[in-house]
Amino acid sequence: MKFMFIVKSDHSVAPTPALLEAMHKLANREIRAGRMLDNGGLMPIAEGAQVLIIDGQLSVLDGPFVEAKEVIGGYAVFELHNKEEAVAAAVEFMQLHKDYLPGWEGTCELRAFAPGGP
Amino acid sequence: MTAADAHRAILAVWRIEQPRLITSLARLLRDVPLAEDLTQEALLAALERWPATGVPEKPGAWLMATAKHRALDHLRRGRMLERKHRLIAWDMEEEQQAMPDSALDDDIGDELLRLIFTACHPRLSRDARAALALRMICGLTTEEIARAFLLPEATIAQRIVRAKRTLAESGLAYETPRGHELSERLSSVLEVVYLIFNEGYTAARGQDWLRPQLCNEALRMGRVLTSIAPHEPEALGLLALMELNASRTAARTDAAGEPILMLDQNRALWDQIQIRRGMQALGRARELGGAGGSYALQAAIIACHAEAGTAGDTDWSRIAGFYAELAAVMRSPIIELNRAVAIGMAEGPEAGLEIVDRLMHEPALKSYHLLPGVRGDLLHKLGRYQEARASFEAAAALAGNKREHDLLKRRAAAAADATMS
Repeated sequence: MKFMFIVKSDHSVAPTPALLEAMHKLANREIRAGRMLDNGGLMPIAEGAQVLIIDGQLSVLDGPFVEAKEVIGGYAVFELHNKEEAVAAAVEFMQLHKDYLPGWEGTCELRAFAPGGP
Repeated sequence: MTAADAHRAILAVWRIEQPRLITSLARLLRDVPLAEDLTQEALLAALERWPATGVPEKPGAWLMATAKHRALDHLRRGRMLERKHRLIAWDMEEEQQAMPDSALDDDIGDELLRLIFTACHPRLSRDARAALALRMICGLTTEEIARAFLLPEATIAQRIVRAKRTLAESGLAYETPRGHELSERLSSVLEVVYLIFNEGYTAARGQDWLRPQLCNEALRMGRVLTSIAPHEPEALGLLALMELNASRTAARTDAAGEPILMLDQNRALWDQIQIRRGMQALGRARELGGAGGSYALQAAIIACHAEAGTAGDTDWSRIAGFYAELAAVMRSPIIELNRAVAIGMAEGPEAGLEIVDRLMHEPALKSYHLLPGVRGDLLHKLGRYQEARASFEAAAALAGNKREHDLLKRRAAAAADATMS
């Protein structure tokens, strides 16, 4: 089963070098174990853009944006056996934040991929 | 939370730590089968303790401490030579002192490679290698492996116990192949990974999910191998072959679970991202000089299909060329038969039939239903319906499974109808 992990936070605290290093090692271990397929950190929304449809009107919103309350800071894609494994992996990932970025608050949301096929 | 939920949750935590547990213990004890036993014991200890205490904040450290404790107990109990005992106990202290705060600082790559080579030792039967690999590299339980292979749990348990005993008794419990032995041993590893993949790939949909899951386990092993041994072109070739084959999973069966042949599949359902991953792995295998390897060639053939927008766009002469190369590497008449199909598509049924007719007296294909099956197809295309019918009848008589038998019977009937008109 494929899962996407989405990390959200309304704390715009930059990660410490210690956290970055720990996350890097965690990702390397999971890649080598063949469990992690992809991952990435995301730049702030201010540097992105939004393409929307409202009332049948398509429009492009280029920044700067008023900082959204909750921002997606990164994602990862895993191939795992079940939801329990996804929870265990997310707990380990969040524990690193607890250890290396005191005071930070946020959510790691995990979502199973919809199965392909007819 | 039910007991079963708690069990699954603990198993999930253990699986994160399992590779590091087994590799650290193997390094410590110089004994892979024993390391495997103790890794399992750590799981049992967690299953006993954690439901009452909750999962500890650093589960990896808890599991490692428990496993190491047992290792030391084992050494004390065992009839190990005193000197070796002291040596290992000293190693252990050293190791524990050197053990970093974070379990993440452990580079287990080389040890993992040793583990894979041990689990897939050519001295073991292919079935035993497959079971050991799933257990030691993917952390599957005996019960899960049994369900995946549609076998009783006791059979798998016995297979694993015997395999571990064979390793221990043959003095193969802890060694890494080097030099020229390495390539021979690597092929034994790749063979098992591909066997596991095919076991899952041939499973129809809708059955126990663990069976198709074998494809994912094999892909995972392929990713592990190519990340710790990134310069082995055949490992990359096999990964490419598996990714490219797996990319068609969603298109391979209809809503009723009946198989759909590749040329009839809806290509919009092929997973393009997975195809890209497969093409990248194949590209790396070629860069490393491995274009002529047997897995890379098989991947190249599948890549031709993956790259064709429609069945009609398929570059059959290129495929026939790859089959010719593959036949030179593997010397299998089945590959020659596949080449005949490709030539039949590229140059016309007459050219394909010429090859098939040369294979008719091949002893290895005497009872292979696809030989008369392919011949019937080519004859039908040439309008030689009576001969086609006889071929399809012969093929149906040889077919082992009912679905194929029925399909060949239908084709025989169609050829008979064509004779009438």
